[in-house]
Order: sequence, then C-alpha cells, then structure tokens
Amino acid sequence: MNIQTIAAAGVLSLLLCGPALAARDYISIVGSSTVYPFATVVAEQFGKTTGSKTPKIESTGSGGGFKLFCSGVGVSYPDITNASRAIKKSEMLKCQANGVKDIIEVKIGYDGIVLANSKSAPLLKLSRKDIFLALAKEVPDPKNPGKLIANPYITWKDVNNSLPATTIEVLGPPPTSGTRDAFVELAMEGGAKKFKFIKAMKKSDKKAYKKLCHTIREDGAYIEAGENDNLIVQKLQANPAAVGIFGFSFLDQNSDVIQGSFIEDTAPTFEAIAEGAYPISRPLYFYVKKAHVDVIPGMKGYLAEFTSDKAWGEEGYLADKGMIPMPVAERKQFQDDVVTLKALDMK
Amino acid sequence: MKNPLEPTPQVCKRYRTEKAFKRLGLSAIVMSLCFVFFLFYTIIADGYSAFTQTYIQIEVSFDETFFRGANISNANFPALVKRSMGKIFPGVTGRKDTKMLSSIVSPAAAYTLQNLVETNPKLIGTTKFIWVLADDDVDMFFKGKTVTNVAESNRRLKDKQLTWLDQLVSEGKLERRFNKTFFTSGDSREPELAGILGAATGSLLTLFITLSLSFPIGVATAVYLEEFAPANHWTDIIEVNINNLAAVPSIIFGLLGLAIFINFWGLPRSTPIVGGLVLTLMTLPTIIIASRASLKSVPPSIREAALGIGASKLQTITHHVLPLALPGMLTGTIIGMAQALGETAPLLMIGMVAFIADVPGTFTDPSAVLPVQIYLWADSPERAFSEKTSAAIMILLAFLIAMNSIAVFLRKRFETKW
Repeated sequence: MNIQTIAAAGVLSLLLCGPALAARDYISIVGSSTVYPFATVVAEQFGKTTGSKTPKIESTGSGGGFKLFCSGVGVSYPDITNASRAIKKSEMLKCQANGVKDIIEVKIGYDGIVLANSKSAPLLKLSRKDIFLALAKEVPDPKNPGKLIANPYITWKDVNNSLPATTIEVLGPPPTSGTRDAFVELAMEGGAKKFKFIKAMKKSDKKAYKKLCHTIREDGAYIEAGENDNLIVQKLQANPAAVGIFGFSFLDQNSDVIQGSFIEDTAPTFEAIAEGAYPISRPLYFYVKKAHVDVIPGMKGYLAEFTSDKAWGEEGYLADKGMIPMPVAERKQFQDDVVTLKALDMK
Repeated sequence: MKNPLEPTPQVCKRYRTEKAFKRLGLSAIVMSLCFVFFLFYTIIADGYSAFTQTYIQIEVSFDETFFRGANISNANFPALVKRSMGKIFPGVTGRKDTKMLSSIVSPAAAYTLQNLVETNPKLIGTTKFIWVLADDDVDMFFKGKTVTNVAESNRRLKDKQLTWLDQLVSEGKLERRFNKTFFTSGDSREPELAGILGAATGSLLTLFITLSLSFPIGVATAVYLEEFAPANHWTDIIEVNINNLAAVPSIIFGLLGLAIFINFWGLPRSTPIVGGLVLTLMTLPTIIIASRASLKSVPPSIREAALGIGASKLQTITHHVLPLALPGMLTGTIIGMAQALGETAPLLMIGMVAFIADVPGTFTDPSAVLPVQIYLWADSPERAFSEKTSAAIMILLAFLIAMNSIAVFLRKRFETKW
C-alpha cells in the first residue's frame, strides 16, 4: 500500500508539471563569467528593442557551460554557451556522443587580464618573469640556478630591484575561474619560460613543467578573492599595498581610483589590447547549437544583434562595457559564419 | 574576636570571579551589538542613495518623419534622444563631441520614449518635455561617488561633459528624484535601469511553493511521529535521519534537486517551481523538528482529558492538541521560510543564478531570487551597482525582519502558558 501511495504521489506530481514540459519560448544561455557582462548587455538590448523575451543567461564558468551545453539536444538543454577559451577536444567528443553534431563557433572579441593597484600607491612596472617569481609556489633558487625552492620572496623588491619594497599581496580569482586559467597560462607560464632550464623541462617532463608554471603559492601572499568582483576594487582602495587581478572591464569602469600595472612596458589600455601589444589577453567566444537555431524563437535575432557593428564594433556598446573588439576582417568572417550557420569541424 | 559576618578571602575571591564573569558576558553583548550596528551602518550608508536617481529633462519633438515605418518599435529612438540633446546644446558639433553629449543620458532614455509612443501613438507630431534617466556615471558623479581630482583621461566623465552638466543644473534641467524604477523593473545591465521587482517576485513565487508544500507535509509528519507512530526501530531510524538532514549543507539539496527534479522529472531549469521544491526539501527538517517540539510541549493531561470524555484520537488531535501546538509550529515554519528566503547555494545548482531581465509571471518562468540578485550585482563592474547591491540587501533584511516579527507576534499572541 505504501509503495502504491508513493508511486501515485510521483505520478500526480509529474502530471501537475506536464505543461512545463512544453516548448521553451526564450533563449537559454550558459557559460563563462567573463563573457557574462557582455552577453547580458546584448540580451537586454535584444529583449528591449524587439519585444521578444529576454534570453536567460547563467554564469556557470566556461567548463561548466560546455558540460551543460554538450549534454544533449532539446528544449531542456541550453542553446548557447559562452566561453573565455576555445572548446577542448574532449568537450567536442562529449558533444558528439550526446548527439550535439553541429555547433557554430563565434569569436566575439578580446579581454585583457590586468594587475591593478590603488591610485595612491606607486605604479608597478612588471614583467611576466616578475609575476612568476612573485606568485609561483616554487621558484628557481637565486643562489643555485637550476634548483627549485619554495618561494622565498616577501616584497616586490626581493623579486626585482627596480620594484617598490611593499609586501607581495595579490587578490586574485579562485581556481574554478577561467580568468585564473588564462592568468596562469599567459602570465605565469610566460614568465617561467624565461628560465632556460624550465623551458627545457617542457620537452623532457611536461607534467612537472605544467605543475611548476601553473601552481600559485599558498603561503598567504596570494589571496583568493571573488573573481571580477567590485568588492576587490574597494579592497584595493582601502589597502594601497595590495594588487588585484581581474578583467579589463573592471579597470575601465574604475579608472579614477585604480591603475593598471604595466606588463612588459605596456600599459593595459584599450588600444594596446586591441593591437595585441599587451601580453596578457585572450579571445572570448560563444558556441551555438545549430539544431536549435530554427526551433527556439528569437535565436536568429539574438545572433544578428550580437554580430552587428552597433554591438561588437569599435564604436559598439560592448566596447563601452570594456570588451576589446576584433579587427574588421575577423568580424566579417565570423559574421558570415553566423549568417551561413557554418558548423565547426569536429574532427 | 573576628566578626563572623565579615567575608573571608575565599568569599571575596568568589565575588570577584562572579563580577568578572558578568562583565565578560556584558562585553560580549556590547561587541555583538557593535558588529550589528557596523553592518547596518555600512549597508545603509552605502545603499540609501540608490533610492534616488538623477534625471535629465529633454524636449522631444516626435516628428512624423521619424515614424514612417509601419511598426513604431522600428523607429530610431536613440537618434531622437540624440537630437533632443543637441537642441539643448546647439554649439556641440563633431562626431566625438556629440557622442560624449549623448552619453550623459542613459541608453534607457530611448526605451522610455519607445514606451511612451507605443502606449500613446497620438504623441507623434507633438513636442513634449520629458524627464529621462541620466547615465550611471552622471548619477555617481552627483552622488559624490566618483573621484574628480584626477587626470581627465582617468575619469569616466570628461571636462566637457562636466561643463554641460553644470549648465543643465543651472537651467534646472537636472534633478534627483525618487527611484521608482528600482521597485518596478527587473534586472538590467544598466545600473540606472536595474530593479528588484523581478527578484522579489521570484522570491515570492518560490516561497509560495515552499510554504504550500513544506508546511502541510512537515506538520503531518510531526503529528504522525508524535501521536501515532509506534516506538520501534523504524521510528528511531526516521527520527535520526530527520535530525541529520537538518544539518546537511544546503548545496547538497541543490544537487539532489538537479538530479531528480530537472534531470529525471524534466522540470524546466531556473524556475520558481524547481527552486520551491529544492527549498522545501531544505526546510522540511526544520519544520518537522519545531513542530514535534511544540507537540511535545502540550501537556498530556489535555489529551487524557479529551480521551476520557470519549473523544476519538483524531478528535483529540484536531480539536485540542493541534490548536495548542500551532503557534510553535508557525514560528518554526516562519523561521524555516526566512532561512529559505536567504538561501543561494542550492539555487546555484538548479540554474537560478542567472541574468533574467523579465519579471516572472508564473511558476515556470525563469526567475532569480533576492539573494541571487545581490550576488549578481556585487559581481558587476559598473560602480553604480555597489549602491544597488546595498539597497537590495536592505530590502532583503526588511523582508527577514518582517517575517521574524510575525513569528514573534504569533508566539506572543497565541502562546498558552501552563
């Protein structure tokens, strides 16, 4: 009798929820928290000007986004995933295994990762080598090059004589974040490569090389704060000794109180990132499920809005929000891909 | 001879320790009060300014030439705003300057005009003075939240824009008004346009589901366990499990909800119905435990008296025990609801941490809830969102205080002392 009652309750609740299983009339987007502030602006603009429903955008991180995106085709799965890196081979395989055959890759622009501190502190001029030495868990022993020791550096001056004698105190993103992935890859690994023996390690022992370059010190000099958090800006103002790591849009919106450190003698400006002169920048993408384009209402409109010049162009509203636009030719190429719905080669 | 009433050294020492202990307790209270005061002070000091917003008055002439097309929404409303701004400052020419000029009004101004014309097409062909929202940078400047004594290139507002703003102020075309938008609209990526109605509605819908499921189920469980269940191993196991569930981290319920409600039942992600179900799971143990405690506190003599004059077991419970235990049950439920209202972790797993601009209307519309909205705003790069964050915290705190006062009121009003 008990089992029957439970089964009946289950069936009843399924019946009650029946209408919910009907078609979805809004676009569902998941993915990177770095692309989130840009995608939401496009979504809002699209919703407000066309009168369609505003797409729903979840900020799940790039990896989490691909996981959801690749779990299947149908209204219960997202239509678009945003990413702050290109799709990985393993993710493509997962997509294919779940029947997501055709996906369209759209690059939307670039984002710079900046190291910034309070305006009341001296401007830092760093190299990637300085960043690696200041933040890695293990660094080459200065007395005995070729040997690794636990990071002994306490102040920036210990790292590089030309830097101020303030304690190393960096507020940065947690390991789950795409910003952190890009930071360790572009800044830390870029700096580690400056040591010949570490560079040689890449060939001889790739695992150890990765571990050395990508492991951030855990002795309190690097503080895991939220990623892209406007509280970091307030913390930097309160503590002039601290340095924060975040996306360019945060520097752009708060340039009256914080300053971006020079990396390899290049200031993190809109122009420098667009030209590719600033070394820590990365492309941003979104991926579209081709099978959904004609099924979910508004998909074509959203894609057209995102790839229009008034959104992602040099003078577009995404540039106002801090995204770095692509050159004209590249924009044209991806615009064409969207119009012709050219699927990504999954081989 | 020694006075026997004079306290001995040991007694003096005892008094001293007692005094020290009292002081310790007092200082603990003072300290926690200080923390609470500090919390409220920072939130209110940062957030009160979000309840006003800067508006600019523009003169818009709705020329017929703008509305040639069949569809009003296709008209170029941003250009209309730009032209109206140009009318106030006829001296401003050049592409860069006009762009700077039109950026002191919010992009939302175009939506305002679109709304006006769509609701009243008779406006076409007339000229009207209309107050539109100023850009968030302008708003932050007038609220004194930007630093102006730095080089022009580092400021979001340039020198030219500041002189234009001065002129607007002197002509009375710029004022700060009560921020009605904050209470009447959903989320937005433009801080001046962002509101909490979407999140508040989402919270209400979610809590409605939670309350309508967890209260009856919780009370029924408690009544069965207290009044009917035989004392055996099964009852013990159930009891231990309920107590354990009350201590399970809330994110686990989110994972459970994802696996069952979304992946197995196929309910739509990010909706109040899924959120409500997950929060039901989370609040059930709290309600069951509180309800059992209040059933236990009903004196056995009441039951015995009812049974003694011939009432059935059901009559005893529904006529006598439940009414007496109800205030305690309601208090437990309201505290459980307040907990559910402030919860974000389980909602993360079921996709309710999302940008949702439309205000939800039904249980199956995507929606966010108040604490999620606070989290999302705290994560946004625009400066103006930090005051919105604090304002949203104030609204959430107001809800929580209201719910807890209802709980206190119910307890005071209906509690029976034995």
